[in-house]
Amino acid sequence: MTLSEYKYNDIIHRCFRCGYCKFPTDWDDVTNCPSYARYRMESFSSGGRLWLIRAWVNGDIQWSEHLTKIIYSCTSCKNCVEKCPHTFSDDLVNMVVAAKTELIKIGKIPKPVKDFLENTQLYGNPYGISAKKRADWMEDLDIPAYNGHDYLYYVGCDGSFDPRAQKAARATARLLMSAGVSFGILGTDEISDGNEVDMLGEDGLLEYLAQKNIQKFSKLGVKNIITLSPHSYNVFKNKYPDFGGQYQVYHYTQILAGLIKNGKLKVPDTSGISITFHDPCFLGRWNKEYDAPRKIIQSFKGMTFNEMARNRKGALCCGGGAGNFYTDFLGGSDESPARIRIREAVDTRADVLAVACPNCLMMLEDAAASEGSEIIVKDISEIFFPE
Amino acid sequence: MSSILNKLIAVVGEDYASNRQEELFTYSKDLGTAPPQWPEYVVAPKTDKEIQKIVLLANEEKVPIVPLGGGMTLAGLALPLKGGIIIDLKRLDKIIEVNPESRYMVVEAGISNGKVTAHLHNHYPRLMHSEPGAPPAATIGGNLAIHGQGDLAHPYGFNSDMVNGMEVILPTGEMIQLGSCAVGSGWYSMQPLPDLKFFSGWNGTTGIITKVSLKLFPNKKFRDNDLFVVENEELVPEILYELTHLGMTEDLISSSAAIPPLMNKLHHISINIAGDYEEEIEFKRHMVFDVALSKFIRSGTGGIGNLAGEWPRPQVSKSSDWKKGGGFEYVGAIIPVSLYPECYRQGARISEQHDIPYTILGRVIGCSHAMMFSWSYAFNRADEETVKHARQALHETDDLVMNLNGTIWKPAVYGQRLMMDRMNKNTLELMGKIKTLLDPNGIMNPGNWEVNR
Amino acid sequence: MYTLKFHEDMCAACETHDCLVKCQHMNIDLDTAKIQMENIIKNRDSFVLHDCVTCYACEEYCPNGNHPFYLIVTRQEEHKLFPLPDPIITRGIQVGIPFRGDPDITEMSGPVLNMGVFSSLTRRVKSRLFEGLPIMSEDPRKMFHYFCQLMYLHYGKTSVINDRLEKTIQTIAAHKATEIIHFHDECYGTYTSYASAFGIDVPFKSIHLFEYLYNRLLELKDEIKPLNYTVAYQRPCSSRLSSDKHAYVSKIFDLIGVTEGKRKYVDENAMCCGSTIFSQKKEGSRKYCDNIQKLNIDDMKNANAQICVFNCPACMETIGKAVGKAGIMPLFMSDLCRLAIGEKIK
Repeated sequence: MTLSEYKYNDIIHRCFRCGYCKFPTDWDDVTNCPSYARYRMESFSSGGRLWLIRAWVNGDIQWSEHLTKIIYSCTSCKNCVEKCPHTFSDDLVNMVVAAKTELIKIGKIPKPVKDFLENTQLYGNPYGISAKKRADWMEDLDIPAYNGHDYLYYVGCDGSFDPRAQKAARATARLLMSAGVSFGILGTDEISDGNEVDMLGEDGLLEYLAQKNIQKFSKLGVKNIITLSPHSYNVFKNKYPDFGGQYQVYHYTQILAGLIKNGKLKVPDTSGISITFHDPCFLGRWNKEYDAPRKIIQSFKGMTFNEMARNRKGALCCGGGAGNFYTDFLGGSDESPARIRIREAVDTRADVLAVACPNCLMMLEDAAASEGSEIIVKDISEIFFPE
Repeated sequence: MSSILNKLIAVVGEDYASNRQEELFTYSKDLGTAPPQWPEYVVAPKTDKEIQKIVLLANEEKVPIVPLGGGMTLAGLALPLKGGIIIDLKRLDKIIEVNPESRYMVVEAGISNGKVTAHLHNHYPRLMHSEPGAPPAATIGGNLAIHGQGDLAHPYGFNSDMVNGMEVILPTGEMIQLGSCAVGSGWYSMQPLPDLKFFSGWNGTTGIITKVSLKLFPNKKFRDNDLFVVENEELVPEILYELTHLGMTEDLISSSAAIPPLMNKLHHISINIAGDYEEEIEFKRHMVFDVALSKFIRSGTGGIGNLAGEWPRPQVSKSSDWKKGGGFEYVGAIIPVSLYPECYRQGARISEQHDIPYTILGRVIGCSHAMMFSWSYAFNRADEETVKHARQALHETDDLVMNLNGTIWKPAVYGQRLMMDRMNKNTLELMGKIKTLLDPNGIMNPGNWEVNR
Repeated sequence: MYTLKFHEDMCAACETHDCLVKCQHMNIDLDTAKIQMENIIKNRDSFVLHDCVTCYACEEYCPNGNHPFYLIVTRQEEHKLFPLPDPIITRGIQVGIPFRGDPDITEMSGPVLNMGVFSSLTRRVKSRLFEGLPIMSEDPRKMFHYFCQLMYLHYGKTSVINDRLEKTIQTIAAHKATEIIHFHDECYGTYTSYASAFGIDVPFKSIHLFEYLYNRLLELKDEIKPLNYTVAYQRPCSSRLSSDKHAYVSKIFDLIGVTEGKRKYVDENAMCCGSTIFSQKKEGSRKYCDNIQKLNIDDMKNANAQICVFNCPACMETIGKAVGKAGIMPLFMSDLCRLAIGEKIK
């Protein structure tokens, strides 16, 4: 099969497979591409994947389930973009996403991806849970529906439905309330932001979700958005303008850092607790925000903070991006990226692994359990509320 | 599912053995101009014990095995010319020991050079190893299997001269040790036992290197890259002779290229000067430019192109995309330094004939004892005509090396045959005997260094 | 072929011969200066042609607005007394050859900012200081089409400038811009001084960067917060071709609330960064260059400078690192101005 419409036909051959893309910033190991770290076969490396996509597009190899697994195991973490020295590096993830789009066009995608997309289309979330339950995460919190407040607090699918991420959603809401921030939520009217469906190659569904959200936001007069998830932050900030949605978008860590600086938020006492931090890809490499979460942690009373060996733009992805938290192509092994990441966190002798993304929170807490580690995985917002 | 695949899975687990088209396709391809050669299986073991089991299995089944490191030779040396099992060794990546006092480190052979560099930088900043002139994904073992060379080649020689010991799995599955480690004395020296080093330069046809003791060297606090430029290529050997006599520099590399224009028909001699103190650097710079090279400056035949440039490690190269086509391959030759001018002229001629902007480089090895001279040919992977031209240019360059009485380094099969045709017959016969003795079933990377073809 | 319009009579009548007497790099008294200038004018050999470090300063020292430096360089070429070794000259000449295709010519109206061969610094002009200005030569792959070529004065090669400059002028003019602010003041010097001295037509008006910055800062005056730094200014060689614009340095400093530390190497007595001196043929050039750089930076330290303000990217490249090592922050003038209006500099 020759896919003449493949968007990157003119540049995909330029990848040499020199392997820079496997490394973190400091060249510490070849395992900074999460799918390569997991499988350690060249076919799962960034370069190997591009060569396979080109072979498939040119008809040199045939479609197979294994090929789709290789393509969908890319988490869009952008480590390859960061490390590739070539002028086409900005498009490395785009080339993979475009291949996913081609797979969707021919209707030959892995079942978990299909489920993810269908659920998102039907229910507005990948979990396939009724939209009526979307506001259940609030429990006893009394958060108003957005009605001209300063900010819309967009919780996202993970924070709304995943029991672990719901705790982070609540903690963040409580912090915003305690600091007197004027905000409201969409509640059961909220639907998926579309970041993951975009990364899964379903650009049509992204457009549909974006337009629905933009209509809603416009009707309500939303101008400023606080997101729980860096994934939502990314798509609102970088993709929605393409559909006419211009908003001032903040990740919640950026808001909290500002509140702390202005003395509007009481910081917790973390004396005797050692903390390390895992950079979410969609906050860090995608949006270059490395400082806000660190500023929050470093404001904690008596805190001890140690960086993991791979951090900031060299951080290893948790393996959950581009829907992999759901499709799970990288799970099932002690070499799953999240488990490698837990071991790195343990190496810092931290008591708490702080995260700033519900996706990372889910992935890393599961991994800590699989590793039998005592490290506590917490969203930064949760550290404000010692149990 | 085939029985061999089942047996491989039994050794390494399901994730690390495959006969699926995706893995076979990926490992059938070299980064250079070599046509694809399809393996039947790909396996990625984690331990030397697993490798031993795979080797024994291959002997039982009479299936070829091809050990693979970073896959960066560009000459197709780890392509399965006769099918069989590719053994991707990159999961053997542990750092076993660093001995700062005796300046060595023991590593598993599949470790990347980047990881070694980063580990030393982070934990032993006063020590460095020699990174070969390859991307950091190149492995330690793979580089030894091809007699690589890189950083510190001028003071200390080939990378295979920078080894204090090795552990190797023979083609029949036994594990051997070479050097002081063989008598349990630690990994500090390759000598004085009888020399059994039949593994460097053999392209993985005599065994699988699994563990290496690397010599480490002082890593000075400052490392400056200075450039000296000449127009007349005949001056390059003389300048390098002066500098190697002075003995105050680290790496010495002369290069020239048609693109960018500033390099065209000029020879940029890269001079690395290292020191722990600024006074040390300045003294060395004074000796290099104001004393050793002053006559060239005063006569106007040579000049300082740049001072105190940076020399980051690892080196990051964009050369693969020169033609915006994701490909280049080079012929490397070990030559006397005196051949530099002729190698340059002939290389520029061959490049011109194939409409490829010329790119050449000569790295001094030892005290001007030899030079690794490379002719690079860029191609566009999406344009088969340019690939053909590059392939033809490479063959012509192999012929050129032989005509100039050079020795082709890490030759592809075409070059290997040229070399074996010229080789002392008794030496060639001994190579054949050694291969037969070590690899009675002929399973190790067959098609490479094939003496008895 | 263009030739230099040099007024020999004016020079013969000169009583000061400041061009050579004031030279920082050669020790020349008035009598010797007279003889040597005469030798140069009459196209005879002169030690000046051998020893000139090509700092451009005599262009400014000349009290008559004549062009002693252009004459020296012209004569260096005629006598084949090139200050640099041959391969360095060849290299330099080849640097300026465009090889990555032709630039996209888009018509630009109103004042335009020309980045010349410093396209890589375009991110530094993404500032309110340059708001609304179309940018010319943004693409580093095409920047040599906008190369003003004046660098070859250091190479004793006016012939290269004269061969190539017309094409560059055509490229710039093709954008149809009438007023051009040059990011690099070497470009400004080319189009306002060199071109007229050699009779080369320039169909656009050039505006000096500092004049533009000063006027723009006046517009943004309400937003300026005095920076209260002590600074040193690294004056580049090319500014000797536009000494009438040098006053803008102090005017800008006053406006943004920085103070110039008291320096020896300042204004007319500014010290060259040495960007080509280190590789000149003359024996001892490398050490001489090292020495003047050290004197220059020591002088900045003695002036208690916290910031060294650069005009020229080549100066920044040459001594910026050493300045930083000495504990003085190297900053472009435009970046300093950005700080003053509250912008952040990365």
